[in-house]
Amino acid sequence: MRVLMFGWEFPPHISGGLGTASYGLTKGMATLDDMEVIFVVPKTWGDEDQSMVRLIGANKIPVAYKHIYYKGYTHPFEKIEVSSKIVPYIDPEDFWKLTRSEVSEMRMLVHTNNEGKIDFSGRYDGNLMEEIQKYAVVAAVIATDNEFDVIHAHDWLAYPAGIAAMEVSGKPLVIHVHATDFDRSGGSVNPDVYSIEKNGMDAASKIITVSNLTRDIVINKYHIDPAKVETVYNAVEPVCLTEETNAVKGFEEKVVTFLGRITLQKGPEYFIEAAYKVLQVMKNVRFVMAGSGDMMERMIRRAASLRITDRFHFTGFLRGNDVFTLLSMSDVYIMPSVSEPFGISPLEAMQSEVPVIISKQSGVAEILTHAVKVDFWDIDAMADAIYGILTYPALSQMFIKNGKEEVIKLKWDNSARHVRNIYNEVIANHKS
Amino acid sequence: MSSVVKKAICLYFEVHQPYRLKRYRFFDLGHDHYYYDDFTNESILRKVAEKCYLPANNIIMDLITKHKGKFKVAFSLSGIVIDQFRLYAPEVLDSFRKLAETGMVEFLSETEAHSLSSLKNKNEFIRQVNEHKILLKEYLGVEPTSFRNTELIYSDQIGSWVAEMGFKAILTEGAKHVLGWKSPNYLYCNAINPRLKVLLRNFVLSDDIAFRFSNRNWNEWPLTTDKYASWLNKLAPKSELVNIFIDYETFGEHNWKETGILDFLSHLPGAVLKKTSFKFMTPSEVADNLQPVSAISVPSPISWADEERDITAWLGNELQNAAFEKLYSLTEKVNNCQYDLLKKDWLFLQSSDHFYYMCTKFFSDGAVHAYFNPYETPYDAFMNYMNVLSDFEIRLNRMCPATDEQIEILKLDSQIKAKEEIIVRQASELVTLNKKLSKIKPKKKVIPKTKVKTKSAAVTKSNSVDKVTVSRSKTKSLAPEKIKSTEKPKSARIRKPTARKISPKTKSARGRKNEAK
Repeated sequence: MRVLMFGWEFPPHISGGLGTASYGLTKGMATLDDMEVIFVVPKTWGDEDQSMVRLIGANKIPVAYKHIYYKGYTHPFEKIEVSSKIVPYIDPEDFWKLTRSEVSEMRMLVHTNNEGKIDFSGRYDGNLMEEIQKYAVVAAVIATDNEFDVIHAHDWLAYPAGIAAMEVSGKPLVIHVHATDFDRSGGSVNPDVYSIEKNGMDAASKIITVSNLTRDIVINKYHIDPAKVETVYNAVEPVCLTEETNAVKGFEEKVVTFLGRITLQKGPEYFIEAAYKVLQVMKNVRFVMAGSGDMMERMIRRAASLRITDRFHFTGFLRGNDVFTLLSMSDVYIMPSVSEPFGISPLEAMQSEVPVIISKQSGVAEILTHAVKVDFWDIDAMADAIYGILTYPALSQMFIKNGKEEVIKLKWDNSARHVRNIYNEVIANHKS
Repeated sequence: MSSVVKKAICLYFEVHQPYRLKRYRFFDLGHDHYYYDDFTNESILRKVAEKCYLPANNIIMDLITKHKGKFKVAFSLSGIVIDQFRLYAPEVLDSFRKLAETGMVEFLSETEAHSLSSLKNKNEFIRQVNEHKILLKEYLGVEPTSFRNTELIYSDQIGSWVAEMGFKAILTEGAKHVLGWKSPNYLYCNAINPRLKVLLRNFVLSDDIAFRFSNRNWNEWPLTTDKYASWLNKLAPKSELVNIFIDYETFGEHNWKETGILDFLSHLPGAVLKKTSFKFMTPSEVADNLQPVSAISVPSPISWADEERDITAWLGNELQNAAFEKLYSLTEKVNNCQYDLLKKDWLFLQSSDHFYYMCTKFFSDGAVHAYFNPYETPYDAFMNYMNVLSDFEIRLNRMCPATDEQIEILKLDSQIKAKEEIIVRQASELVTLNKKLSKIKPKKKVIPKTKVKTKSAAVTKSNSVDKVTVSRSKTKSLAPEKIKSTEKPKSARIRKPTARKISPKTKSARGRKNEAK
């Protein structure tokens, strides 16, 4: 069976959980017999791991001079330049932030986006939508050039691409919902994004969600037939802890870590408030907020006005090995997300033998037993849990031991098998 | 003396360069105790020395020889810049010393670290002023009699402290909101202690040189010395004193040589002396020769920075306040500490520049702030500074425990650790020996064996009292050696209770181990 998969990113160029998830899934599929994956991303860099899949970069496809007839457009496209700026896990506002970022890899982005004046106004600019349409156009080209049985599109930026490929090839479409705009925006949904999501869900033969939490959103907020929506849980890549990553802490205090984008969705402010409460009763602890995001500056100011910045550290965005170094220094990992469709990062923490506290509003809470679960807004419970794990070694040892056992069982092979069954079902229905 | 002669112009130049911090990450905490970006510091200082300090000092030297005692000027060198001159540009320090030797140049006192200590801690403030005095004596051979605080920060309170320290005069900003209808062109005195004279900066005439000189959009551009002299003449006829206080880096660095600023400097004294009735005086001479017209009341601190002329450039947002409070909460601990390196870092971390980088006032004075800022955002500056400060605190706590009690605890802790290692080693020895024993003898006898063990422990407990004192007086390095030599299990059994008796902590450690078993 051949799968044409549309994603946004591929290791090592990952900026969010989505890249990790789609990579893990593809890898899991590669272990199954007779599964072949063609993975399309907007841009390839040349150093991706292509041992498992054939990776196609939309930026490498010569689209120019081709005549493409695409539904919704009355005339064929000619001479289309493809230099996509699509970056994972973003809504139009984040897109603006990312494109002005100083990261060297993204220099191309900085140059191209000077007209995009979205700023924090909440208004929407056509730029990102244009990118998505470009991607869809290239998708149509790829779909005509390749043989495959089913199309799989990861998250909303790839839905139009999936639809385009479906319309050109007539093959069934499966979409994979890693997050919805309800998660990203905390309720104030962008109508353009919503309509793209809704269109994708309507067009798809089957919808895969990463948790029942997301499944409920898809059913209730996008009004999709429950029979069409199925949950496939994510898993985690096994990592072996090497000696390099086991950095020695230069201080005695315990470390409580928050790792992720500092955005509304991730609930950073609840972490700060909980940290403040913990610091009132114990001094032997340091808190780390690793990552960056549009709420970072506000969080720094909040921590400063609580006068806890001598024990509360901001590291900015962490790359590569730094993540593991930080995990190896940590005594508690916390994910207070307001709305988290799944959340792979706590699984990675558990692998690194760190006890985790997760919010009940996260998909991963559905499958974990050996983790502390609190409501994201319940800073008292959060502070209590942090204090407990730090103070009672028996408790933390239990979480470490059982957590590791639990997380080892979460394998991508299982998820991949589940997805293959869905493919089979979809293909069978399609033919009939 | 005629009334004409009494008109004075007072030129004062501030010389300061901060020690910029390097990128200090969370992971470095407790590992890396060097905080400074040597490359940037050295290259900036070298650059400024070559573009400004050396050529400008030469010009001033020439002016002093040329005008034979009629041209006088005042400088202040922060302790931190003196330190950097010694490291990176000793020839600049030499040229300042030569200027000092002419007797025409007054060097002012200030805080060693270019710090904001005057806003927080009187003792620390006085300590730093005294340290700076020693530096001036040592490297320039002068004893200051007038004072200028960091960034001309001044309040009645600060003025009274400065007066207590025996200074004649203090320099500050002629801030509009303080002066009201009054003119800065007179000498004033401190509101609490009238013996301290207060010189107020004429910010219009000062900023004409400092900020507007090379601005081509300015309607007075280009500024010539003749034009400047004519402005001096246009001042109210009764004006007695014009204070021109500017950054020394104005000459050749903020305004490049190509703008003609250095020529302006070399011709200004001539024009002033020839075309106006003003006479050059240093701040101390002003204080001696002029009469204060009244006291000036400054209840809350002012400075020469930004449009507001207050202290909000350093202490204006929650980031700055948090960092500032944290920094000075360590004062007492540092004072109890005797390590020179720590004390030096303590000074460098106090320099006002670190707080300036955290300023979020982008709108009114953003350009000026950006010019002096090595960080991309104030948040970057804050994160970096707090990491450094956290490491500093970790070191401080490690090296200088605050109280005797803590020192005692630290000693005992290290002893306990040493003992625990011994216990672990000997416990494993016991296990192996027991195994050997059980191999040799039938299993029955193993059970009474353990009974004997506990009994012997109880018996030796009373005997071990004197041993406790012995082991306490021994240094910790000696103790393990001693044990090593006694490898028999019997002696190990005896030693255990002694270790146990040192502190209740070992007991609990032992207890835990038993649980683990």
